[in-house]
Amino acid sequence: MSTAFRIVPAGDSVLVVEFEERIDPVVNAKTIACAEAIQTAAIAGVRDVVPTYRSVAVYFDPLRTDTDALLERIARDAEAAVPAARAEQAPIRIPVCYGGDFGPDLAHVASFANLAEDDVIRLHSAATYRVFMLGFVPGFAYLGLVDQRIAMPRHATPRVRVPQGSVGIAGVQTGIYPAETPGGWQLIGRTPVKPFDASRAEPFLMKAGDAVQFYAIDRAAYDREMAT
Amino acid sequence: MTAHLTPSGPGVVVVKPGMLTTVQDSGRWGLQARGVPVGGPMDGVSHRLANALVRNPPAAAGLEITLLGPELEFDDERVVAVAGAQFDLLLDGRTVPSNAPFIVSAGARLRFGARRVGARAYVAISGGIAVPPTLGSRATHLISAMGGVAGRALAAGDVLPLGEPTDVYGSVSMPQAAVVRLPDRHARVRVLPGPQTEFFSTDALDILQSSPYVIGANSDRMGFRLEGPPLTHTRGADIISDATPLGVLQVPASGQPILLMADRQTAGGYPKIATVITADMAVAGQLGPGDTIAFAVCTMREAIAALIAQERALMAVEARHA
Repeated sequence: MSTAFRIVPAGDSVLVVEFEERIDPVVNAKTIACAEAIQTAAIAGVRDVVPTYRSVAVYFDPLRTDTDALLERIARDAEAAVPAARAEQAPIRIPVCYGGDFGPDLAHVASFANLAEDDVIRLHSAATYRVFMLGFVPGFAYLGLVDQRIAMPRHATPRVRVPQGSVGIAGVQTGIYPAETPGGWQLIGRTPVKPFDASRAEPFLMKAGDAVQFYAIDRAAYDREMAT
Repeated sequence: MTAHLTPSGPGVVVVKPGMLTTVQDSGRWGLQARGVPVGGPMDGVSHRLANALVRNPPAAAGLEITLLGPELEFDDERVVAVAGAQFDLLLDGRTVPSNAPFIVSAGARLRFGARRVGARAYVAISGGIAVPPTLGSRATHLISAMGGVAGRALAAGDVLPLGEPTDVYGSVSMPQAAVVRLPDRHARVRVLPGPQTEFFSTDALDILQSSPYVIGANSDRMGFRLEGPPLTHTRGADIISDATPLGVLQVPASGQPILLMADRQTAGGYPKIATVITADMAVAGQLGPGDTIAFAVCTMREAIAALIAQERALMAVEARHA
């Protein structure tokens, strides 16, 4: 099966493979498959392979890489990229304490959607999300697609400090802040789970291509989880 | 809070921290797919030169000093070299040269005096700085509070553990010519168009080259916010987020470009008009707020030739000190 893509340089040390220009689970699955093929090839001189929504950036050392061979290899992997069959993979389940102090924007999203707060929670926790990519800060996963009814755009002016573990919505994306950072997403709850912990044997909870589900917990369960 | 990382063993005591002194090695590679920024030195060439002068491996952890230098006390005899920005260097009150290794005896103090040219100096110490690595690197990333000493800039009273020197040092050589030509508050760097030149008006690359940009006050290790001729988008200022390599010029809706530096995020959603060539990123790293930077489009052939010339100069120094 042939695939639409192009390869463009970003400077002298990066080649970018671009697939169709849209946020789409199928395009993203192809992107991840392409990145995995390039990574697995362990090409001499390649320093990092970075899949995003619809493109793969290949970082390499131009003095230690056969650039023509690299280009050819990337083109072949892009051409052959088909979404991996991951449908059977069990979703990562993440508890969220919705609303209250933890979700200062929940009422906001509810009025945006013309729904009750409970309906927003129900819609947010009913979907199985795809990890399209990671970025922003270590371990921050861009999850989608959020139900159109609650897909509220981010704040015009970002908050200076968003607490660690905050769960937010930005359009059709949702995600968890792994650390306290500035941020503009609509905050609807907080999870006791850490998406990133450098001291853990596996520092990252998620990788691109994973499936994720949220489920509601109450404040007591949140506090118990935080205490352990 | 100060960090005493080694209750015993050789170390360096930070007497005065300077303005922004951080532990840096060659960066945290291989985890950008998990959102982990690469980091590392702003001027990687001078960092590597300093390591060569003390016979450290090229990636060894040293200190990056910004604008105003520290005062350090050594509790072990070591070979030390300082490369990059030119500072007056005083070892127990005696002047020592830049770009040359010198022996520091146990108890000696190295003080950074007036800065002459350049923004960032690199201190390499034989054996390297041996703070515990995080995700495979000792590089300090301030935003994610990772690496170095508790993920932050050095503070007075910190004690930096030192690694075992690879061998007993032999002769102390004459100063080397610096590999990076230090910019005096202005630099001209070469760029390659792309990866998203088609998001801009056809004259945007000409406008980019038409006059220098001022590096804004909000600039830091993540990026230089540039002030100068605005660039015009033709397809909006948003793209589907993709990777943001070192040296890329991303352009938000304001039309004022941001040059992405060492601590850049792994991905972003602004179109990118051009990318500074790898060989010129060290010079860019020697600039600071208020300085100016001019851009000139070059060819891939020129970019690679410049990188080869730089690599040869570094390898010559490494060979002389091997």
